[in-house]
Amino acid sequence: MSSQEIPEENLPAEQDAAHGAVEGAGDPFADPGLPAHKPRIQDIDERAANRSERAVAFMFTLSMLATVGFIASYVIFPVDKIVYIFPFGHVSALNFSLGLTLGVALFAIGAGAVHWARTLMSDVEVADDRHAIAAEPEVKAKVLADFAAGAEESAFGRRKLIRNTMFGALALVPLAGVVLLRDLGPLPEKKLRSTLWAKGKQLINMNTMEPLRPEDVVVGSLTFAMPEGLEEDAHDFQVQIAKAALMIIRIEPDNIKDKREREWAHEGIVAFSKICTHVGCPISLYEQQTHHVLCPCHQSTFDLSDGARVIFGPAGHALPQLRIGVNSEGNLEALGDFEEPVGPAFWERG
Amino acid sequence: MSTATDTKRKAPAGEKVADWADGRLGIYSLAKANMRKIFPDHWSFMLGEICLYSFIIIILTGVYLTLFFHPSMNEVVYHGPYEPMQGIRMSEAYASTLDISFDVRGGLLVRQIHHWAALIFLAGMFVHMMRVFFTGAFRKPREINWLFGFLLFVLGMFTGFTGYSLPDDLLSGTGVRFTQGAILAMPVIGTYISMFLFGGEFPGGDFVARFYSIHILLLPGIMLGLLVGHLILVFYHKHTQFAGPGRTNKNVVGMPLLPVYMAKAGGFFFLVFGVIAVIAGIASINPIWAIGPYRPDQVSTGAQPDWYMGFAEGLIRVMPGWEINLWGHTLVLGVLIPLTLFGVILGAIAVYPFIESWVTGDKREHHILDRPRNAPTRTAFGVAWITVYFIGLVGGGNDLWATHFHLSLNAISWFVRIFFFAGPVIAFVVTKRICLGLQRRDKEKVLHGRESGLIKRLPHGEFVEVHEPLAPAQLHTLTAHEQYKPVEIGPLVDENGVKRKVSVVQKLRAKLSKGYYGENNQIAKPTAEEYKEITSGHGHH
Repeated sequence: MSSQEIPEENLPAEQDAAHGAVEGAGDPFADPGLPAHKPRIQDIDERAANRSERAVAFMFTLSMLATVGFIASYVIFPVDKIVYIFPFGHVSALNFSLGLTLGVALFAIGAGAVHWARTLMSDVEVADDRHAIAAEPEVKAKVLADFAAGAEESAFGRRKLIRNTMFGALALVPLAGVVLLRDLGPLPEKKLRSTLWAKGKQLINMNTMEPLRPEDVVVGSLTFAMPEGLEEDAHDFQVQIAKAALMIIRIEPDNIKDKREREWAHEGIVAFSKICTHVGCPISLYEQQTHHVLCPCHQSTFDLSDGARVIFGPAGHALPQLRIGVNSEGNLEALGDFEEPVGPAFWERG
Repeated sequence: MSTATDTKRKAPAGEKVADWADGRLGIYSLAKANMRKIFPDHWSFMLGEICLYSFIIIILTGVYLTLFFHPSMNEVVYHGPYEPMQGIRMSEAYASTLDISFDVRGGLLVRQIHHWAALIFLAGMFVHMMRVFFTGAFRKPREINWLFGFLLFVLGMFTGFTGYSLPDDLLSGTGVRFTQGAILAMPVIGTYISMFLFGGEFPGGDFVARFYSIHILLLPGIMLGLLVGHLILVFYHKHTQFAGPGRTNKNVVGMPLLPVYMAKAGGFFFLVFGVIAVIAGIASINPIWAIGPYRPDQVSTGAQPDWYMGFAEGLIRVMPGWEINLWGHTLVLGVLIPLTLFGVILGAIAVYPFIESWVTGDKREHHILDRPRNAPTRTAFGVAWITVYFIGLVGGGNDLWATHFHLSLNAISWFVRIFFFAGPVIAFVVTKRICLGLQRRDKEKVLHGRESGLIKRLPHGEFVEVHEPLAPAQLHTLTAHEQYKPVEIGPLVDENGVKRKVSVVQKLRAKLSKGYYGENNQIAKPTAEEYKEITSGHGHH
């Protein structure tokens, strides 16, 4: 990426030098220099300056009053008082008054300071010189010489054994910190491949917390279910429901296009994982006529009448189906776990 | 600092304190260089200040919030003052956020100031970055400061994300789930990183506490360091300025820090804080009480990340769901490509200064800002970049666009897919045309003067508009910009007819250089001869 081959004269003229072909006084574009200072009204009229002073003082006073108002609001309004304020609607009286008073208390200080700066402080423009960021050659030479002296005195370059072992030690010691991170979590192993579902587990309706019966599931309804034995106050409830959540719908068996789906269903009742195969949002929007479900996060759309294949959106594969049947009590039960991992795809999924 | 002549003078108390401090900190030398430091004035220079002040506001309010927030995922049953949540199972993090909102007086205000300030911080950084980009303020010697600023922007995004994930509400939990799903898509290491980040399977019981320490300590700590470095460099380099009479590359023209900018900038802090406080008082943000606690099997519609994550969200939404299954492994391209693009698009703007300086081969310092029109290719590139960003943002809100404007969701997704590629190209071409047009207008103005609005009738009946010549200051300002010549590779055969070796890199550079500075890619600025020729033959306008 060297640019050595671009000669200096190829670059445009420095901006501070006269530009254009004509030099010096003949250049119509020459820098005329800083314009003369134009006095403001406050610079020439003492009364105007006094008005500015009063305006600034007014704003600072307003700030003081607003702070008092802030403290008063804090004391007066109960935390749960809701009031109607046009056009904001029903709002917390405390939050509204605290926000407004604090806002004014702060804003008035700022407005006062800025007005002070703009009207009363000198607005004469001053030019300050810049100095090159890079050091002068003498400074650089001195630094390089110092460095060479220091390096020489350390014998860093000469005693290679010290250098190499030091690099080795410094390279290894951070490993201690890396090793300490090991217990941040368990290894993945097969954890993502299984859920709580197993042969014989009943489907529990998440609305009623009762076992689902086939007659509970009517065409056009969407029911959410979880495996029997999973309690909401269990310590791992969130982890388990994140994988086991189920969507149950009923489709006329003749309308099921996918052969395997029909086989895994019970009288047209099909159970699919509720967890989107894209990045894991729960799917919740069901279109009764078409049996399409839509993930509200990224709009992946699955056709539940055709093996839950993806018909739109960023999901990469169909929703896993749970094989279900009916047990001796007439309740819906799982006939095993999902045959493939639920939720988003991952490297080991295969 | 007293000398023999003034030892008898009694120093005032303030001076005594300053003497004491100087003896220990050397403040006089520091003040000598900085107290009357000159800062140039331009409205766009305050954009960075908005970022600085909102960062301070975020830290102040954030410290307050830590006094009440419990970063714990222990399950509790809510029995607080907020009726609709009575008896509902939730994490302590969510319950304490409810307490901050409904139990702690002023807690809701501070929470809302914190969140509003975060949005403004990110928006401020975006606009500030664009100001620096379009004016070429990133050029030598400020490339490193550009990178500092870029890192602040990226870290700000992740600090924001970890922050809004803390209340463990249904919306933010869904965002965390999305992040976990995206992590899983990473080849080979995805599942491991997910297990290590969440302490096991999602959601587990650890991520709030872990995000908490990342959000309040790790990321803000790094950002504070970068911020201080950013400011030190601004002082050290001295601020850039626009071209104008008396302003050169070797000076800085403006007003001194003490008192003008002390008052203006200090006052501006209060203005920013005041405005954010009023917004927080009247506009609710992230009402977690209306969303409910997080459950991995529940979701609400219209879920949106905070605005600065919307662009990444858009990429992920419109990407086709490609998955490659080979040899028992899955390559989740549908998620992996958007994730990579997210990094590449951000990275492109980060490395731009180095690309441009390579194309120009310019190693000099630049303290005079470009007007965007005078760097048409750069400006066009910047607008193309913003276009990609905002097309992504549209994709991130495709459901809201669909519901609010009664459009087809599928149509919006296809629009984004097409214009993700076509949009920046169109933006590039159009922007460049506009810039060149503006350059032509400037040239016209310099050579023929400004339109006065006066119509004059000539003796033979023709009507002309009288053009007034520009003042010397304006003439100077409009012609002060630099114009590069395109890099030439030179003849491919030397004088002896032997083929000269020209590397691909050199050819690429010559091509880029032509694209930047070649004919038709910039309008040659008026020369003194042109000006004199036109102005001497006065008769015509």
